[in-house]
Amino acid sequence: MAKITLDNLAHSYLKHPQSDDDWALKELNHDWVDGEAYALLGSSGCGKSTLLNIISGLLRPSRGRILFDGRDVTDAPTAERNIAQVFQFPVVYDTMSVGENLAFPLKNRGADPKYIAERVNAIAAMIGMEEQLKRKARGLTADAKQKISLGRGMVREDVNALLFDEPLTVIDPHMKWELRTQLKQLHHDFGHTMIYVTHDQTEALTFADKVVVMYDGRVVQIGTPQELFERPAHTFVGFFIGSPGMNLFDAQVSGTTATVQGVSVPLGDSYAPVAGQVQIGVRPEFVRLHAGGEGLPARITRVEDVGRHKIVRLDVGGTAANAILDEGTPVPAGADRVSFDADAINVYADDWRVAPQNLQGRAA
Amino acid sequence: MNKTVNQKAWFLVLPVLILVGFSAVIPLMTVVNYSVQDTFGNNVFFWAGLDWFRDMLESERMWNALGRQLVFSGIILAIEVPLGIFVALNMPKKGFWASFCLVLMSLPLLIPWNVVGTIWQIFGRVDIGLLGYVLAKLGVNYNYTQNVIDAWATVIVMDVWHWTSLVALLAYAGLQSIPDAYYQAAKIDQASRWKVFRFIELPKMAGVLMIAILLRFMDSFMIYTEPFVVTGGGPGNATTFLSIDLVKMALGQFDLGPAAAFSLMYFLVILLISWVFYTVMTNLDKRDGV
Repeated sequence: MAKITLDNLAHSYLKHPQSDDDWALKELNHDWVDGEAYALLGSSGCGKSTLLNIISGLLRPSRGRILFDGRDVTDAPTAERNIAQVFQFPVVYDTMSVGENLAFPLKNRGADPKYIAERVNAIAAMIGMEEQLKRKARGLTADAKQKISLGRGMVREDVNALLFDEPLTVIDPHMKWELRTQLKQLHHDFGHTMIYVTHDQTEALTFADKVVVMYDGRVVQIGTPQELFERPAHTFVGFFIGSPGMNLFDAQVSGTTATVQGVSVPLGDSYAPVAGQVQIGVRPEFVRLHAGGEGLPARITRVEDVGRHKIVRLDVGGTAANAILDEGTPVPAGADRVSFDADAINVYADDWRVAPQNLQGRAA
Repeated sequence: MNKTVNQKAWFLVLPVLILVGFSAVIPLMTVVNYSVQDTFGNNVFFWAGLDWFRDMLESERMWNALGRQLVFSGIILAIEVPLGIFVALNMPKKGFWASFCLVLMSLPLLIPWNVVGTIWQIFGRVDIGLLGYVLAKLGVNYNYTQNVIDAWATVIVMDVWHWTSLVALLAYAGLQSIPDAYYQAAKIDQASRWKVFRFIELPKMAGVLMIAILLRFMDSFMIYTEPFVVTGGGPGNATTFLSIDLVKMALGQFDLGPAAAFSLMYFLVILLISWVFYTVMTNLDKRDGV
């Protein structure tokens, strides 16, 4: 187990990257703390898998260094890094039995046969395939194969880190929960550093202690699920996490008031004058609907009942927005105004969150 | 669910039936016809029953030709399959050089059989051929028209030159279908190069290799043109393979009856070996699945 440090790391698939867009992974500095479970969250093509392959050594970064416990491993081959990785699509050795598949990484490292048998049985119990250990891996269903891949990733106890590249994509929903719980349990029991790549926010939020959100080759925020929910550092985080995502309104901000479409909206904190394209963001959970009174004029376009709660689609002066109401709460009759919980409003300038003034003062 | 019954649909099969009938069944039946009759010319035929088949089964000449044929097919399979796999493993995976290699590899496959024969016939000549001349200058006593070993070596090297590409291209196609993740997983699992070949590449190539072996077996078992052009079946009968012998018998000696019986048995042998091979391979495949 090791602390993994990314030092000025950047990667481009082109030989001579010119513009910013040519970089699949923009310059990045980060420490993966030993023993933590991370989720790498982002939409497809944002550089998640690139980053993962750099950590495991399948890809050499164009720039920067990668260190394991302070040792430079930028040029070290995968084998030397002692990492386990599970891929998006199942990789099984067809001609081997399930048991041989699980034993393969240990056998290649010359482990003791008794120890191998012990580990294989333990892992088989974990993925629920004890009955099938003797069976050939060929012809198994995709999720059985992926369980073998997961098992092969977890069979070694001494790995520096366990990397998962969207491993549950091909698995049935009910099995997903089970396997994810088992992965979490495994992390709890052995304390491996785990990095879990996914584009599924539920998966990321339930699995990880810390979620790393990536957007367009850049890490935009690293935080606990709660931080990501309450204080998204970038409008992408606000939009990507949460269902539906955060509402954004163009605004002018001065002091403790934002002006949206000519209406004053009170803010929870005071802000210094902000430059650039200014927006306020507020999650649908903190949008209040009422008939008349304070707030922005709004029109309800649709109400979607998703069981646990109702999603109210709104048109706020030409901007689409959402509000969430508890299942028991009826939509107020004749609702034509929305207001926001002042503490739940975040201010953004050019997509990045602006810290309030007094907080800055406190920090200093 | 009620299925619509319409017997008229059988007419849709008719064109294929006619085509196969004229291209395969009728010619084959004329051979069957010859194989059970004898003639003294003038288009007069006598019923001979299974006499020709008995004759042929007792004929040392046919057994010798069959023996040579099996040795030849065995040798070229033993060389071309491993060599083809080796070439495929070492071909570039993508980019300009991948296309370049593909074109280069396909070239021998595009050359007509008798041209291949002619190329090697001249190539091996001691007086004007590059190969023969160089070998003679180096002091090697090489002469494919007189020495049996030299004749065999020439015919085998020629076949390897002509057809290894086919195995290589098929194996290459099999290799290209392996997703990158397999190689990456093998690296993570610290598998050796040999294990990558044994547990990833070979299993993924198994299907196309089976086709390659089957094709190369059938083709080499029926080989005629190339050795005929190079050695004419000689020296003596050393490179007289089944087809060459058959043509000698049917056209050279005009022994239509024995030749027809011979062809039918030839046909059955190829059919039998191919069937056994195919059945064994597919059963191996199935056994793995259980």
